[in-house]
Amino acid sequence: MKVPLSWLTEFVDIEVSVEELVRKLTLAGLEIEQIRYVGLPKSEGAHAETKVTGLAWDPEKIVVGEILEVMPHPNADRLVLTRLSDGKQEHTVLTGAPNLLGLKDSGPLETPIKVAYAKEGSQIYDGKQAGWELMTLKPVKIRGVESSSMACSEKELGISDDHGGIIVLDDDAQPGTPLADYMGDVVLDIDILPNIARNANILGVARETAAQLGVPLKKPSYKVDWKGPAINGKVSLDIREPEINPRFVLGLIEDVNIAPSPFWVQRRLRLAGMRPINNVVDATNYAMLEIGQPLHAFDYDVLVERAGGGSPTIITRLPDPGETLTTLDGEERQLDDFTILVADTAGALSIGGVMGGGESEVSESTKRVLLEGAAWDFINIRKTVAAQSLPSEAAYRFERGVHPAMAERGVRRALELMRELTGGAVSEGLIDEYPKPPVVPSVEITQADIKRWLGIELELDEAASLLGQLEFSTEMDGNSLRVSPPDHRLDIGEGVVGKADVLEEVARVYGYDQIPETQIADRIPPQYANPRLDAESQVRDLLASMGLQEAVTYRLTSPAREAKALASQGTDDREYIRLANPIGEDRSALRQDLLASVLEVIARNVRFQERIAIFEIGPVFLPIVGEQLPLETDRLAIAMRGPRDPLSWQDMEPGEMDFYDMTGVIDGLLTGLHVGTIQYEPTEHAAFHPGKCASILVDDRELGVMGVVHPMVAERFESPDTAIVAANLDLEALFERIPERYPIPPVPAFPPVLEDLAFVVDHEMPAGRLKDLIQETGESLVVEVSVFDLYEGEQVEQGKKSLAFSIVYQAEDRTLTDDEVASLREKIVKRLEVELGAKLRDY
Amino acid sequence: MQEHLNRLKEQALAGLDKVLDEHELQNWRVKHLGRSAEVGKVLEGLRELPAEDRPAIGRQVNEVKSSLEKAFAAKEQALRKQELERSLGEEKLDVTLPGRSPTRGRIHPSTQTMRQIINIWAEMGFQVYRSREVETDEYNFGLLNFPPHHPARDMQDSFYTTDPEVILRTHTSPGQIRVMRERAPEPIRVVLPGMCYRNEQITARSDIQFNQIEGLAVGNNITMADLKGTLNAFARRIFGQDVRTRFRGSYFPFTEPSAELDIECFVCGGVGCPVCKRTGWLEILGSGMVHPTVLENGGYDPSVYSGFAFGMGPERITMLKHGIEDIRYFWGNDLRFLEQF
Repeated sequence: MKVPLSWLTEFVDIEVSVEELVRKLTLAGLEIEQIRYVGLPKSEGAHAETKVTGLAWDPEKIVVGEILEVMPHPNADRLVLTRLSDGKQEHTVLTGAPNLLGLKDSGPLETPIKVAYAKEGSQIYDGKQAGWELMTLKPVKIRGVESSSMACSEKELGISDDHGGIIVLDDDAQPGTPLADYMGDVVLDIDILPNIARNANILGVARETAAQLGVPLKKPSYKVDWKGPAINGKVSLDIREPEINPRFVLGLIEDVNIAPSPFWVQRRLRLAGMRPINNVVDATNYAMLEIGQPLHAFDYDVLVERAGGGSPTIITRLPDPGETLTTLDGEERQLDDFTILVADTAGALSIGGVMGGGESEVSESTKRVLLEGAAWDFINIRKTVAAQSLPSEAAYRFERGVHPAMAERGVRRALELMRELTGGAVSEGLIDEYPKPPVVPSVEITQADIKRWLGIELELDEAASLLGQLEFSTEMDGNSLRVSPPDHRLDIGEGVVGKADVLEEVARVYGYDQIPETQIADRIPPQYANPRLDAESQVRDLLASMGLQEAVTYRLTSPAREAKALASQGTDDREYIRLANPIGEDRSALRQDLLASVLEVIARNVRFQERIAIFEIGPVFLPIVGEQLPLETDRLAIAMRGPRDPLSWQDMEPGEMDFYDMTGVIDGLLTGLHVGTIQYEPTEHAAFHPGKCASILVDDRELGVMGVVHPMVAERFESPDTAIVAANLDLEALFERIPERYPIPPVPAFPPVLEDLAFVVDHEMPAGRLKDLIQETGESLVVEVSVFDLYEGEQVEQGKKSLAFSIVYQAEDRTLTDDEVASLREKIVKRLEVELGAKLRDY
Repeated sequence: MQEHLNRLKEQALAGLDKVLDEHELQNWRVKHLGRSAEVGKVLEGLRELPAEDRPAIGRQVNEVKSSLEKAFAAKEQALRKQELERSLGEEKLDVTLPGRSPTRGRIHPSTQTMRQIINIWAEMGFQVYRSREVETDEYNFGLLNFPPHHPARDMQDSFYTTDPEVILRTHTSPGQIRVMRERAPEPIRVVLPGMCYRNEQITARSDIQFNQIEGLAVGNNITMADLKGTLNAFARRIFGQDVRTRFRGSYFPFTEPSAELDIECFVCGGVGCPVCKRTGWLEILGSGMVHPTVLENGGYDPSVYSGFAFGMGPERITMLKHGIEDIRYFWGNDLRFLEQF
């Protein structure tokens, strides 16, 4: 909503600076997006708490001028020279304005044309450039004629982007008057939030201004200077859907003379962001901008003709099946069964509250105007606007709710304006059907309510006075205040809701900056343990500590994107949560897996770096048969590729990350979380190399899968020559394995015995089997077993391998003797031989 | 004999004075203290001396040996010190060569900011409550006082699933209803962090997914003044003790009255710059008193209980703090971006 200050001050006296006004309105919830200066000088030193744009017109250099004569340019047909007076002296001013071309050669003008005259050295906007580029007027020669000043267009002065001709001022302008004094303005650009749609008009903003400044609102009178004969009998009304159309008001004006509006009307419309059309349409728009009631003007004679020469009947109704209407924009529209129509006996005239029809619109030849001011159900209008995709200034207001009381006021205001602008005669009286007046809510508030909800101490009479500023009516009733909203508001409810509605108004007028700062006095609520949150945090920290970077990807993907992570890339027959309105096919479903997500991160980064080690934690979305909402369960995916460490200037090549780097990360994570026994078992998975894939088990429960990504998959994710290792874990399952407590045994007091044993076993034999068996055999006396060498080659038989283990023997309560160790070793060697066919290797 | 011993001692000590390095020192030791040293030979020759002279000569020999050993030890010490000093003088590193860093992993910037915010609220007694991301229309809108066709729905473009009643949550607020229904009539102080979704163009300024963290306090006599005080306390914690704030009217369907907390732009100090869109203020938090209808929907009687709610965007806060101008970096996962945090 664009509010010119000159218009605002018709309804409220503003004694404070624009900046202070902006500050107050902003605190009250009318966010001022910018202050645009259109001529008036910018305040010195005041700090605006918003964006400031626009131009101040130099009072010395930009003044009212009058063109006394228009003369041809000696060398150009499309340019003219004017004899222009700035009130003190005459100048020859060159212009190419099309609105003067027709006047050349007609000699001295009978009525001089008043214009906005900018002298040499003035700063104005460049009319020929797109956007808003400032320029300073300097003498130039155009086709042999020198010119150093000009008569300005609206664009050049920053009023609107219209550069189609020079401004023609109204005749009351006095030559020599600084233009800023005559029509300088400031426009406040206000972001009107849906709850204060009642303020999408000058009067509404004026009311808020008055309340914020604590000054009276100068209410409009809505007086009409009736001239013509009574309207009764000239038109009748038939409201068939009072729920949708609770009120309909008609006025009539005769003998109108359709013409462009005077400049002051055009200027205000333009400053408010609307385009002037003609004096009748402008009057309806002006009234709408001023008080917020959209109006519609019909050519009355067209209606009479449609009624066969008799008096027309205006009917509001729902469409007949298949009915269509050609609207003002020339489009023939299919109507929905809920589209409310304004019709006459011959058919539909317009879509109620949204857009007029072409046939009955006001034209150059219109003589009599029938003016409609109606009230519509805002939800119905919203549906129509959405269905027809027909936003308009009128619909913008109706779809946010306009009180039916405004219908009559709108018609009165516009009739009076039309009379002023067109010289017409307003027929006495209005046709007014009001079948469904809204219920006026009555809300009770107490001092305790104010204290309880807002935290401020306020006497009820003070509250009444604050509410009075916004035209609420209030009445003391014992210890409470009975409050009713004014008849331009539909946003105040009943009961507890109404109470909050009213308290909000109290707070706004009281001033948000006056509300004290306190802390909650209520007791601290019961506290709940949140082990899940702690565990998630720990997982992130552990992985980061092992050199992995956290990634967060889009949860929206597509089945095809996820299938890329499977070697076969076959059709994925899993059910997905799919969007009805995706931004594109590739973001059309919620992910079921994290593997493709982290692989995409690899693909995105391979061009820039060799070593990539990332993880992501987040939910996947699994539809559940028979349930409305999916299961949202957290997963962890890890992916790594490239050199183990960053290359150093000194070291050898660090080698590329492989399966065992991932095992190391998983071990680090799981031991860091103090879960039980960790095991890896060979498995197969469509994303991984069939021989380099393992399931991850803790205490025999599977937590996920890891391995070297299938070469075909790696290639799809831009890593054809470098192996990617990845892991995919079910976080919920992992969290279940994390013990609440884990014991810390004492640091051993007796020395360990270290021993290395190498076994020759079949090639296929997993090292883990040997390790587990050594551990099992040694029981508590074997405190650590680790593989330190794997050998296959000449020294061992074909099809065999040598695995070397380093074993730590240690007892809690004594130093182990050589004999004890020897017998343990013997037991281990024998058991491995019997159960796994392992032969102790001699060196 | 005594003279002979004295001479040997003097010769040896003179020789020691000339020793310059470890090698010469060892040669000296072999010569003067070794098996075939002259001093040793005197001892060997003891047998040939009269028995009554032997103890005295033996004592003298031992004295000479011991003083030579002492002199040797002192010389050895001196040489080592000299050697150390020499090597310290010679060994000089190029301290500008790059270091060998252990590879460091990092937490995503969004998570980092989220953690910081959660920690601040935790100190004020607000615990984390996690709520689902796929929601019903009823929880996302209806129960939060957005009736069907309400103009406020325009403010949020939703992603709908193929089930028209199921949407991707547009804000974390449905969690308000869930936590209230779970805890009523207990007092509540929670924060609800998590991913939200809006059907928008992906541009430098808007994205289809973003994190939000929302706070909710419900109890007895929780007022708008408490809201203002609490939000200002938070702003000081996250933006610095001296931050200037502005508490202004706003609109959200699920709060009434509603307010927004702005902080003075820390880039320009409030003068106006592109970061604050020339307004001098940065919008940080939306908030308000929980709407009576929402309290009721959550199972709290609004004539007995009251509460406040607030919400903010960790990505926006991260962007403001680090001067990041493109929101797409967050889910773009370019390591060159992520590794800067």
